[in-house]
Amino acid sequence: MSSAQLVVIGAGPGGYAAAFYAADMGLQVALVDSDPNPGGVCLYRGCIPSKALLHVAKVAGEARHASAWGLTYAEPKIDVDTLRAFKDGVVQRMVGGLGQLSRQRKILYIQGRASFVDAQTLSIELNKGGTESLSFQKAIIATGSRPAAVPALSIDSPRVMDSTAALDLPDIPKSLLVVGGGYIGLELGSVYAALGSKVTVVEMTGGLLPGADRDLAQLLHRQLEKTLHKILLNARVAEMKEGKNGVKVRIEGATLSAADKDQTFDRVLVAAGRKPNSAVPGLEKTKVKIGDRGFITVDASMRTGEPHIYAIGDVVGEPMLAHKASHEARVAVDGVLGRSAVFEPQAIPAVVFTDPEVAWCGLTETEARQQGRKIEVAKFPWAALGRAVAIDRPEGLTKLIIEPSTERVLGVGIVGSGAGELIAEGVVAVEMAALASDLSLSIHAHPTLSETLMEAAEVFYGHSTHVHKPKRK
Amino acid sequence: MAVEFTLPELGENVEKGDVVRVLVAVGDVVGKDQPLLELETDKATIEVPSNVSGTVTEIRVKAGDKVSPGQSVLLVDADGDGGAAPARDAPKAEAGGQTEGAPPEAAKAAPPRRGEAPKDAAQKEPTAARQDESRERDKADNSRQAAGEPTTPPGPASEVPAAPSVRRYARELGVAIGDVPGTGPGGRIGQDDVKGHVRNVLAGPGSGMRGAAGPLPDFSRWGEVEARPMSNIRRKTAQHLTAAWQAPHVTQHEKADITALEAFRTAYGERVEKAGGKLTVTAIFIKIAALAIDRFPQFASSADMANEAIVYKHYRHIGVAVDTPNGLLVPVIRDADRKTLTEIAVELGEVSQKARDRKLSLDDMSGGVFSISNLGGIGGSHFTPIINQPEVAILGVSRSTIEPVWRDGEFVPREMLPLSLSYDHRVIDGADAARFIRFIAEAVERPLSMYV
Repeated sequence: MSSAQLVVIGAGPGGYAAAFYAADMGLQVALVDSDPNPGGVCLYRGCIPSKALLHVAKVAGEARHASAWGLTYAEPKIDVDTLRAFKDGVVQRMVGGLGQLSRQRKILYIQGRASFVDAQTLSIELNKGGTESLSFQKAIIATGSRPAAVPALSIDSPRVMDSTAALDLPDIPKSLLVVGGGYIGLELGSVYAALGSKVTVVEMTGGLLPGADRDLAQLLHRQLEKTLHKILLNARVAEMKEGKNGVKVRIEGATLSAADKDQTFDRVLVAAGRKPNSAVPGLEKTKVKIGDRGFITVDASMRTGEPHIYAIGDVVGEPMLAHKASHEARVAVDGVLGRSAVFEPQAIPAVVFTDPEVAWCGLTETEARQQGRKIEVAKFPWAALGRAVAIDRPEGLTKLIIEPSTERVLGVGIVGSGAGELIAEGVVAVEMAALASDLSLSIHAHPTLSETLMEAAEVFYGHSTHVHKPKRK
Repeated sequence: MAVEFTLPELGENVEKGDVVRVLVAVGDVVGKDQPLLELETDKATIEVPSNVSGTVTEIRVKAGDKVSPGQSVLLVDADGDGGAAPARDAPKAEAGGQTEGAPPEAAKAAPPRRGEAPKDAAQKEPTAARQDESRERDKADNSRQAAGEPTTPPGPASEVPAAPSVRRYARELGVAIGDVPGTGPGGRIGQDDVKGHVRNVLAGPGSGMRGAAGPLPDFSRWGEVEARPMSNIRRKTAQHLTAAWQAPHVTQHEKADITALEAFRTAYGERVEKAGGKLTVTAIFIKIAALAIDRFPQFASSADMANEAIVYKHYRHIGVAVDTPNGLLVPVIRDADRKTLTEIAVELGEVSQKARDRKLSLDDMSGGVFSISNLGGIGGSHFTPIINQPEVAILGVSRSTIEPVWRDGEFVPREMLPLSLSYDHRVIDGADAARFIRFIAEAVERPLSMYV
């Protein structure tokens, strides 16, 4: 039986960040995952491969749009095998690098599936066959999440995909139905649309990206209407049947036309959220508790009901984001090391990598309204910004959510090209408790899209250079 | 229209006070500047004037409540329409970063569970009902505090204006970041604010005071006991003197021959009395101390250890310890070097009366450079006064006695006054202290010697 001071179960961006940090701090660490290298869903089947495909989609979109600038290309010829190989190459390069970093840190990487024998021992079913016992002093559960299956839509058909299958890029279907207007559905839907599929999105609520501020989501909606075939809101898929030429789908919704209701699609992508992988075998032999919606219950220090066992990432709660998991990893390891650390971010950036991108952090306008909180919203439309117009992307919007009494920036929302990169400044501003004047008084390079943050702060004071909107007295 | 009256700032470093009396009732018509509350702060009892006018519709504090600046005190109806519902859109005061509307229990629970919970609990605009409920809880909370029950620091507030590095720093020191008053723009909390807060807490009750002595035994094992809450003055005195005691003290004793001074007091007493004062030994020593400091400026200095500097004060404000039924108070006579004995005597009489009536303002008690404590009226020979830090010296005066003094080959009866000078040995050397107290004694014995 081998032993470790710390075992980390799951090698996604939460788990491997925890294992690496703990090893750097001098702990003897074991890392258990069923994939050959660290990386988890994010690297193998999530953030990274989807970004590779979205990059290609963006290039295709820009190439099509370039005729408006006098630069006309032929319609792109898409070689799916090469594209898939590019995407797989990206993944292999990244996870291979992580494997090397893991070995350099002398981390015991065990490829297999862990189950708890008791609160101090794991039994690991090895991928190569056989089992191995591992005793540990501390453990971090970072088992992540998986695509949620919708029972009504779970028909046995290769045409129906979850996000994992969609990322495998089996082919480019002529028509694709995306069930779910959240970020996963919209990102992958955009990829397939750029590759030539006729994409229809069905969303149950009244708008895309539930959770995001409506003005940001609506701006994205307007752009997506140009690239997607159809966006059906307030609609749900009532029935799916495998047909001869595709999946027959019946869609329900008060505002739908008859043609919208009964359709046949070559493929269907079900992107209706994700579920935590909290059913680790043997967990019931410990005092680890599972609470609402299947998330493992932890305190602010990421500690479970078992004081020496921590849990981080998607398995402990929303938002299910890689960067949240990696931050929690540090909190948990600091706890393991006996340091006092808690997870108390004031801003977790959320980024939707569509085109345009949507990003926000901190307090949203919607949350503030729900709480009946006094805020002021300062908006800067990108159409007034030189750089945005020069790159022909004037459709963006940058807004600040500001506490009027202190002028503190409580939240930032951006929609526009490259919003995901721009949000970083917003996160720092919110975490540092920056005032709107801190943003307006910091020099932003011209001409860059980052100026929109500075100008939005100036809008708050009624003296934005490029927007004439005097402050109401 | 209902207008909310919130407690205004009370003065520098005054964070709270006890409501002694509420001076108005629901239905009263109040005008601007009319006193609304009598408040006992750390050292003074003050009347809080109104800055609103109208009919009082609701009073939100009662005698015994602890109140802080920004706290809602009462509502008045500016139109005089007493039946109108109180408007709740007035911004809520935040004390110590905790939203008033939040139920204290929620804020004090163990670190709230992750995610949206803290925001929800702390930031929803309270409905009137919740407001009432939370006020009730506030009251309960106050009474618990008064009973000396420890209160748990609030969990990590979700939106405290402090950078992540500062929040971590506070956490490592075991400080609840929400308790730290921020001095930056928008109330932002910096690392220095955390340090300052820790310093204050360490100097406060429960640390130095209680920590040094350890927990008290259960006295009731040996007989009947009774625990009474400390008054604000007692608590502040205890805190202040515990901190003051940290300075390395030495006490130098001396006796001054005041036979001539007593004759002088008899001769001029009536004249001063006509001006409305009493020519007391204390009044004379205030004047002499101010003049002695001119010769020995280090006696009006302060040790600034953080900056490794000695701060010399070029003014001669002398503090006088006054015994009052409510405790020890130290009013300050300003510019004693430039005032006549008559002026000093009159002023001393006034401030002593104000001290006894608890009418001293905080201004009346700040700015001293040197203090005098005269216990002669009660008795005793010598005592070792504690320096009123950040001052560096204090003169203790005891009761004079007629003693035989050997002079020119014979014992003569002289009236001798015991003096005790405690000084901060960090900035004052023993020889200088001996010279200083000798100078004072000689100033009494041979007044003109001061000018030689």
